[in-house]
Order: sequence, then C-alpha cells, then structure tokens
Amino acid sequence: MAYKVVKKQVLNPQIFLMEVEAPLIARKAEPGQFIILRIDEYGERVPFTIADFDREEGTVTIIVQIVGKTTRDLAQVEAGDELQDFAGPLGMPTPLEGKKKVAVIGGGLGTAIAYPQAKKLHKLGADVTVITGFRNKELVILEDELKKVSSKLIVATDDGSNGTQGFVTDMLQKEIEAGEKFDEVIAIGPLVMMKFVCKLTEKYDIPTTVSMNPVMIDGTGMCGGCRVIVDGETKFACVDGPDFDGHKIDWDSAMKRGRMFKEYEEKSCEDGHCRIGRTNTAD
Amino acid sequence: MPNMRADKNPMPEQCPNVRNKNFLEVTTGYTEEMAIDEAQRCLNCKNKPCMQGCPVSVKIPEFIAFIAEGEFEKAYQKIKETNALPAVCGRVCPQEKQCESKCVRGIKHESVGIGRLERFVADWHMKNVEEKIEKPKPNGKKVAVVGSGPSGLTVAGDLAKRGYAVTVYEAFHTAGGVLMYGIPEFRLPKDIVQKEISNLKAMGVDIQTNVIIGKTIMVDELFDDMGYDAVYIGSGAGLPSFMGLEGESLNGVYSANEFLTRINLMKGYKFPEYDTPVYVGKNVAVLGGGNVAMDAARSAKRLGADNVYIVYRRGKEELPARAEEVHHAEEEGIVFKLLQNPTKFIGNDDGWVTGMEVIKMELGEPDASGRRRPVPIEGSEETLDIDTVVVAIGQTPNPLIRKTTKGLDTNKRGCIIADEETGKTSKEHVYAGGDVVTGAATVILAMGAGKAAAEAIDRELNG
Repeated sequence: MAYKVVKKQVLNPQIFLMEVEAPLIARKAEPGQFIILRIDEYGERVPFTIADFDREEGTVTIIVQIVGKTTRDLAQVEAGDELQDFAGPLGMPTPLEGKKKVAVIGGGLGTAIAYPQAKKLHKLGADVTVITGFRNKELVILEDELKKVSSKLIVATDDGSNGTQGFVTDMLQKEIEAGEKFDEVIAIGPLVMMKFVCKLTEKYDIPTTVSMNPVMIDGTGMCGGCRVIVDGETKFACVDGPDFDGHKIDWDSAMKRGRMFKEYEEKSCEDGHCRIGRTNTAD
Repeated sequence: MPNMRADKNPMPEQCPNVRNKNFLEVTTGYTEEMAIDEAQRCLNCKNKPCMQGCPVSVKIPEFIAFIAEGEFEKAYQKIKETNALPAVCGRVCPQEKQCESKCVRGIKHESVGIGRLERFVADWHMKNVEEKIEKPKPNGKKVAVVGSGPSGLTVAGDLAKRGYAVTVYEAFHTAGGVLMYGIPEFRLPKDIVQKEISNLKAMGVDIQTNVIIGKTIMVDELFDDMGYDAVYIGSGAGLPSFMGLEGESLNGVYSANEFLTRINLMKGYKFPEYDTPVYVGKNVAVLGGGNVAMDAARSAKRLGADNVYIVYRRGKEELPARAEEVHHAEEEGIVFKLLQNPTKFIGNDDGWVTGMEVIKMELGEPDASGRRRPVPIEGSEETLDIDTVVVAIGQTPNPLIRKTTKGLDTNKRGCIIADEETGKTSKEHVYAGGDVVTGAATVILAMGAGKAAAEAIDRELNG
C-alpha cells in the first residue's frame, strides 16, 4: 500500500504544501486532527496536522516546514511520488461549533494549522479575526486563503518588513484594547508563542485553546511519548488532544520535553543515510 | 525404553557476554540429534497431563513421538492441527507454568523440554519444507478482524481455512502487533513473524495496515457500509500505565511501549541507518518484573548501558516473567533490585532525569491476586543515580474502540466484556479476545481466545 502525492507546492523557502491521496482519511478528517506518515521503510513516524482535506477528491493536505531529517527528506518527495505510510485521522477535532467571535492566531508554520480552523469557523458563521506572525515578509504564507475566511486579517512580521512590525501577542493586545470582545482565542505555533498568548489572554480572562505537537510514535495512545501536563494531570496529546486549554498547560515541562531527541536529530541530519539508492524494503 | 536422564538437553545459546552486545537471537535451537534425544525422555503418559496445561491443547505426546522417530514434518503437522504459530509459541510461551508444569518427568527431575521441541519442529519445517498453501473455496461470508497480533492472526487463519473472506485491520504500518513492536528480535526474530503472516496472505487473508478502527473506520461502518458479517476485536492492551509519580514527565523517562517500539518496530537499534532514535543512558532503571520489563532491560544493555536495574516491588519468587527470561537477564548482567519501589524521579534544570528515589518493601499478607502484598518499610528511602527510566508496570486496552462503538460493554479496567467460551460481546456479531478482554496476558492465551472465537463465529454464520 502506498499513498500518492498528487500535488506539491512551495509556500516559502522553508515551507511546502503536499496533497496526498488518502480517501479513507479524507472522509473523516476534521480541523484539529493530524496524520502520521512514514516516507519509506527506514523513516520515522512523524505527525503532521491536517491543513486541508477534500472529501470528494479523497485527498488530505499537509503543510511542512523543513526542520529536521524527515522534513528535509520529505522536501525531496515530488508530485507523482508515493509515501509508504499515511495513517489517520488522529486526535480529537477542535470543537468549533457555537462560537460567535474568535481570534485565530498562527505563528509561522502554525498558520497552516490555524487555516482549517479559521475556515470552519467562518463556514459556521463566526466572526473570525486572524492574526499571523512571521520573521519577515519572505516567509508569509496563506495570506490570500486566510483573507477569504476571516473578517479581519493581521499579518505581523518580527522585522516589520511587510509594514506591520511586532509579535502576534502585540497585535492581539491591540485588538483587545481597542474593544474587540473575543469569546475565544485559538493559538497555534511555536510553544513559546503559545505560552505568551496564553499569558496575555489569562489577564483578560479569554478562554484559549492551543494545539500541542510533541514527539510521538503511534499517535493512538500507545507510546505515551507525547505526555503533556495539563492542570497537573498527565495527558496524551495524541488521543486527549492535540488541543488543550492553554491556561492549564505546564509550558516549562512541555518545552523541556521538546528537546529530548535534539542531539539525535542533529546526528541524523549529519550522517543519516542518503535516501537516494535506498530500496523500499526492509533488510 | 524412554531416555531416563534426569535433566533436559540444554538449549544451545550465544555466550552471555557476546549476546548482550547484539540483537541476534539468544538461543540457537536444538540440533536433530538433541531433539530426538530429548523426545525420547517423554513417557507418553496415557492421560496426557501436559495437554491440560496448554491453552490451545497441542497434542504434545503425539508430536513428541514423531520427533523420537525422526518424523519431523509429521510432528509439525500434528502441532499445526491446534496451534497456528508454533515457531512463535515455542519461543515465547511460559512453558514452565503451562505444559511443562504438568509433565510427570518434572515431578522428580526436569520436565521434558516441550517448548524447545516445539520450536525445533517449527524451525525445521520452515527451513526444509516448501509451504504449499491452497486457497480454500470461498463460502461467501466476510469477517473483519481488528488488530494483527496473536489473537487476530489466529482468528484470521482459522476462518480463512474455512472459506471466509477475512480482512485484518492494523493501526501500525506493519502487521504482527506485540510480536513486532513489543518482543525484541533477540527473543523472537521478526522474519519468523513475517513468514507466518505471509502464509496467511497466501491463504487469501487481506491485511490492511495504517487503518485505525475507531478513527479511520468505525466498527459500525464495518457492518453497515462494508458488509462484514462479523467483527473480531483483538486490539490488545496497548495503553501504557504510568505510576503517577513526581517527575514522570522528565526527559529520559519512557513507557516500555515507547522504548520497545522505537527499538523493535522502528529499528532504533540500527540508528542512524534507520531514522528513529532511541536514547539510552549509562544507568537504566526498568520498573516492573514481567516479560516486558525483561525485554526492556536486556535491550537497554544491548544498546550500551553500563548498569541496568530491574526494580520490582516483590521478591524473586513473585517475578511474573518467564523463568528463562529472568535467567537470561541475570546472565547478561542485569541487576535485580527486588523488594524496592520507586517513590519519585529527580531531574536537572534541563528537564532530564538524574535520579530515582526508591523505598524498600517487605511482603505482608496475600492480596486479591494471591500474591503477598508488598508493604513499604518507612524510612528506608535511598536515591539511585539514574539517567534513563523505563516504566514497565503494565498496559491496559486502548480506549479508541470502546469510546466509538455503541453497545459494546466494557468493565471498569476498560477491557471488553466477552464470553469466555465464545468471545461473544454485548454487541451483535461482534466478538473479542486476547489482551483487550483479559488485560495484558500471554501470546498463547490470546491465541486460545482467538481459536475459540473463530469456532463460535463459524457456528453463528454457518451453523
């Protein structure tokens, strides 16, 4: 069994989009859920949030940022190629029904994951403000798509190269101080960004949902590698999440756990075997 | 005349200080001469007590008699009548608690090496006989099997033989369940498992990997949209238990499932040839005393740890692991810290585990399980220098299926309630067996449950 890549599109120098034929997953996928893929027999199982899906075409879209070995290898996979394994949809869908006014915040690659949430909220009739943040204007992604599904889109850059300088937290604070009343904030991005969004919204008492993306193997509750401490209790991001109440996350522990395999990742990138010439069979 | 030597033919094996650095199989198996000699130790008792100790009632004296005559293929076929996976069972069954515990030779001396003989016969067959598998005539009925571990594979094989169109759904990318992700290569070579699975495929069993029942497809959809006549759930006990201690989320603390899956299924022991890393430090503590704990400890040693400790709250007599695994672990230099229980994990500023506090225990009155309850000795705490912890205190069934299937009753431990004789659940046409019903147990019990359920499914659909 293999899963064909039907489309690949480069969104910025580090981020690309991949649409994969996976009809069983497309039938069930909802915003907030994720898939696990393995490129070939030698590959790791790596989770990616579902960025979009097409039930009719039977495809699932993921958006990938090149950060390590697997994502670097994945960047070499082109439309027409096949991935060996693609399983899902995993995790709980984000509950989006019944919201009136929501701020959806995406930091960097998190923007890709925030997109399906904004899209569904918009479809359900909510007033959606989208705030995205990037280091500079070259890295901005999904601007047109997000414009279509939001009543207000704010794209901020750390260096101000697109004209709006600042962090997403600055933008959110401005909106709140200008009198915007959000029922909820959904924040998706690097841990440190989500942590500071939560600190801010806690001050204003706005319920905040974050999406955790820790290391995991199976994605079905089996390995327990994705442990997250929420309200003092150990939860598994794969089955209890990946969305959690951001005000209850133990951010310090989450950030430390994120570094567990850092040295191995570097080693894998340095002397990991080149995929060219590898056969798709186990030895 | 039977061979009246008191002890079993010893099992040839790799030298402990060599094998604790490689992942090759520990035991290398009997030669033909050893097997015949061992088979001659069987008294061929009329009342066959050994068979009563076998959850799938292998015709033990009969297959052993064939070995004694040098008729190895006939011996194999005799085992196959009741056991679908002899090469696996010969290696991983706790024979000393089952067949061999009932052996008359074992009363005064050592029992006949039934497990070793079973393995010999299965290996001999695999090496010498070209499997001729015929696809049975289809009977027009469809059965879905959830999970491709020992119980699912048994159901699939037994029903396929009877002409059912069987599809096995596996959540992982490789079929085999715990035989692939849990039990290490050095105890059960993965080629053996895959050979058994390819035999099933040759028989016509369709195996769909990367399908998570309860997520990708729901149990009800298997009936309503896909037209299966019955569903067998053998999804195992995949949810790791933790102890709930302070510091359990520190880096370097694994569940046994994570540690072993990285090594076995993902081939982490071949990193960086394979991409999945597995971190093992210098001082490793494995918590628990079952087979999973032994597997984790022995794997850690093979991956280069200097000191590996098994920390278990009861005594040596109470270790639930197979006797041979405990013996092998000791030989390989694993240190048993018995009657000790962890109380907390200590970490550094970077969030890595650096130590573990343990408290000494003593055995009190027997508890509900009949084993003497361990009681902490106040004030006996001490701290061990540890940089890796593997929690191997047990697994419970994964909740994905019970949470998404209406009308499927489960007990308070999350296990599916199923009839012991038939595997029938509270939901119509749904059967279950193996660890998802019993909680974590053995390969052979799971196979026994699969066998019974296959019979019952056949009776219901073709009765």
